[in-house]
Amino acid sequence: MTGAPAPASTAPALRAEGVRLGYDGRTVVDGLTLDLPAGKITAIVGPNACGKSTLLKGLARLLPLEAGRVLLGGADVAHLPRRELAKALGVLPQSSIAPDGIRVAELVARGRFPHQGWFGRHSSADDAVVARALEATGTAALADRPVAELSGGQRQRVWIAMVLAQETGIVLLDEPTTFLDVAHQVDLLDLLSALNETQGTTVVMVLHELNLAARYADHLVVMRDGAVVTQGEPSQVLTAEAVRAAFGLEARVVPDPVSGTPLVVPVGRTRNGGR
Amino acid sequence: MAVLTSTNVLVATGRAARRRRQALVVGVAVVAIVALGTLGLTLGAAGVSPGRALAAVFGTGDPVDVFVIQRLRLPRVGAAVLAGAAFALAGALFQSTLRNPLASPDILGVSTGASLGAVWALLVLGVSGVAVAAWAFGGALAAAAAIWLLAWRRGLHSIRFVLVGVGISYVCGAVLSWLLARAEVRDAQAALLWTIGSVADVRGTSLTILAAGTLGLGAVATVLAPSQAPLALGDDHAASLGVRVQVARGGALVVAVGLVAVATSAAGPVAFVALVSPAIARRLLDDGGADLTASAVIGALLVLAADLLGQHALGTLTVPAGVVTGLVGAPYLLWLLSGRADRKVAVE
Repeated sequence: MTGAPAPASTAPALRAEGVRLGYDGRTVVDGLTLDLPAGKITAIVGPNACGKSTLLKGLARLLPLEAGRVLLGGADVAHLPRRELAKALGVLPQSSIAPDGIRVAELVARGRFPHQGWFGRHSSADDAVVARALEATGTAALADRPVAELSGGQRQRVWIAMVLAQETGIVLLDEPTTFLDVAHQVDLLDLLSALNETQGTTVVMVLHELNLAARYADHLVVMRDGAVVTQGEPSQVLTAEAVRAAFGLEARVVPDPVSGTPLVVPVGRTRNGGR
Repeated sequence: MAVLTSTNVLVATGRAARRRRQALVVGVAVVAIVALGTLGLTLGAAGVSPGRALAAVFGTGDPVDVFVIQRLRLPRVGAAVLAGAAFALAGALFQSTLRNPLASPDILGVSTGASLGAVWALLVLGVSGVAVAAWAFGGALAAAAAIWLLAWRRGLHSIRFVLVGVGISYVCGAVLSWLLARAEVRDAQAALLWTIGSVADVRGTSLTILAAGTLGLGAVATVLAPSQAPLALGDDHAASLGVRVQVARGGALVVAVGLVAVATSAAGPVAFVALVSPAIARRLLDDGGADLTASAVIGALLVLAADLLGQHALGTLTVPAGVVTGLVGAPYLLWLLSGRADRKVAVE
């Protein structure tokens, strides 16, 4: 079962070639090749421990590659100077802990680090970028509030503002919606979708929620055991077979009544799924 | 567009306010250091007026004044300021780079290592003077190296470093107790005194080393400072912002250990200064970062004030600065922890 090829209209923003990744000699991802289309939203889904977060770390150079390479606009990421990479690729890791007592604007301003000189002085140009990032994420009213006092949804927006202040063409997010309730999940994905539309940012995110992934992604990558099961446009690739192959779960896939994208309805063994 | 501009103004004024606050904190602390320093020069068995004390600093005026000021009181004030700044700077670096407000040389075993080195020199080798300081220096470095080696696992990770440090602290403490227990009472008393920490007898060569070490390592810390702010967000965040995490953390730890070694070998492990000064700086600045300069001046002020209190507040009874900082520091720590707990509860 091979998925439809990635949209070939433009060169990929990021390309993984024969990538092998692991921890302490335990290989998690082996020989994976993947194109992430530029200017699109890509969602990576798969069961727990399938290597999707590991792959994201490898793409962002947070975890060294054991084999293969990652290309950013044709250049090998491993050879890029750190600051240059940080100007091209922003990352929101899975768990982000704000320093005690830090205020929103100050946290967002930390995203300016790769753009600043040796002594890290903030300029008024930095202020303007920070202000734009606050505006874009709807957190301007929170600028002077301590991050610790914010709700989970607000906090995640602030972290995204920090990544935006980094002014990168590509943003990688590792399960950005994990600790949010369903309303805030939709809210956050709408925000990312708007950023993708207005600023052309390439968004790559690891998501747990299949149905939201199918709705918001232009390109869906389904993984299992460190390999890609299928990838392509969600309506093409998110089928009952794909769900069975990746998750080992019997499911019906029907059109989402709101967006028309695939909606995965698990069957299960009880509660009438057993009939 | 109008909204965007107002946000811009909000961000810019917020940054300006933080900067003003930082300048104010550092400015007030420096003024207080000068005032207390001058007070330190005038107080004592031979009362010297501020005017005469100032003249004596520059070697003019009454020869007795000049002797008292230049040989006794000025070195003591200088040692208090330098040792305080060194401990506080080390604490700020430990805390920011290990992302742990409790990380400090007192708790990580670096100070205990220095004490063990000094007590070993005094009790087992029977040496004195600068040799004791050299052993203390070696003890601090050895303890730090042991933590480093045991905590290293493809890079240094905060929590491992802190836990191994606590372990090393207990190991050093156990050997220290054993050395003190088997020593003659008189020797043990002298050694015990060293482990309290005092700036009373830091002059001549040891003061020069303290000054050169503190200023030199302080300059290196200034260069390292910008990379410490991203590091406070976590290793992955820092790396994705373009920081070489292991280099930035390793550099900060080397400088911090150097500062502790220099200050401890001169003044002994003055308790709690490294732990408390950055915490006070964070409170005063209220912006989530422990500014290195603010921490350093607050540390200098704390040790200077503690030494003056220990010398003059209790009439004829004088106590070392290390006792005063311990007496003040421990309750402060408890207050800090309880205050933090309250705030968390209020938020959740």
